[in-house]
Amino acid sequence: MRIIKFLVLALIVSSCNNKKASEASNVVSKTKDNTIEITNTDLEVYDFNGFQKFLEKKDDKVYVVNFWATWCAPCVKEMPYFEKLNQEYKKENVEVLFVSLDFPHLYESKLKPFIKDKNIQSKVVALNDVDMNTWIPKVDENWSGSIPATIIYKNDTSKFYEQSFTYESLEKELKQFLK
Amino acid sequence: MKTIKILSLLTLIIGLSAFTVNKIAVADGYKVGDVAEDFKLMNIDGKMVSLSDYKDAKGYIVTFTCNTCPYAVGYEDRIIALNNKYASMGYPVIAIMPNNTDVQPGDSMDKMKERAKSKGFTFPYLIDKEQSVYPKYGATKTPHVFILQKTSKGNVVKYIGAIDDNYQDASAVKTKYVENAVNALLKGDDVPEKETKAIGCTIKV
Repeated sequence: MRIIKFLVLALIVSSCNNKKASEASNVVSKTKDNTIEITNTDLEVYDFNGFQKFLEKKDDKVYVVNFWATWCAPCVKEMPYFEKLNQEYKKENVEVLFVSLDFPHLYESKLKPFIKDKNIQSKVVALNDVDMNTWIPKVDENWSGSIPATIIYKNDTSKFYEQSFTYESLEKELKQFLK
Repeated sequence: MKTIKILSLLTLIIGLSAFTVNKIAVADGYKVGDVAEDFKLMNIDGKMVSLSDYKDAKGYIVTFTCNTCPYAVGYEDRIIALNNKYASMGYPVIAIMPNNTDVQPGDSMDKMKERAKSKGFTFPYLIDKEQSVYPKYGATKTPHVFILQKTSKGNVVKYIGAIDDNYQDASAVKTKYVENAVNALLKGDDVPEKETKAIGCTIKV
């Protein structure tokens, strides 16, 4: 009986890790295109120069900056974990920032309705800078450009992750910054 | 007790190996200057295609792309244009769809056929069904381009990265990375920019 339990665990562990980046829920394509009139949310849109300040704050706060897009299924999947983290660790001076890489022509029809429908509580900004080859290495020189991607930083210490997170793995990384 | 120990060790090994799967693609993929292995993948017409089938080619524009990624779709017309311009000059586009179609059914062989037909693809659109080719290249996303030059040593990787510097608007492109690279290779020059970065959709495993 014990052996069976272990085998099951082994299988779960291996399959979870493999699939965490890939299980795709197609939330994006289900977003309706007819919601423009109901979205009056203000959206801050930056080019990279304008955006860079969000990666360089030195106020002893821990910032968790997540690059995502509504069309990116693995990004959408992990967003609730970031939302939870933002809630749970607010008191410990942690702030989550979602950086949307959505296409500008879809801000009204996809991005704003998404933020509203999902009731996203963390701050969301949009980064619109087509010259990706210039700014991607400035975020992290090892970033190949796939999303989701996340930076956790506090003052001058930062760590970059080109991967998907579970809540547990995200919390584990955060805790390194809270020591 | 011993069995349990062995089993827990097994668990650990399986867990670790599973975890590294995603990393392999990034860490162990081809770098510029490496010789790329040939492959044999199924095309949308049901035939198997290898690089070596192209006897007259001087090289290849190997492009990892798919139906379902908005960035890849945004580049479709430009990929067609690349093939139309460079196939006759010895650098055909070889498109490879790397996604797991169980995870991304919109990229199934049938959907690939539909897409190729409706867009009028002029190049092979191959499926990496075993997902064995893209990790060798180190492709991490779609679209992701690898330009190879045929040499006596084999097919040497000369460029890795994006097609150009404006995914939103083809008419506002300032630098055409792939065209510049192929033009340089055709002239016998060094590729001006050998690696570029761009946002793309993660390959679905």
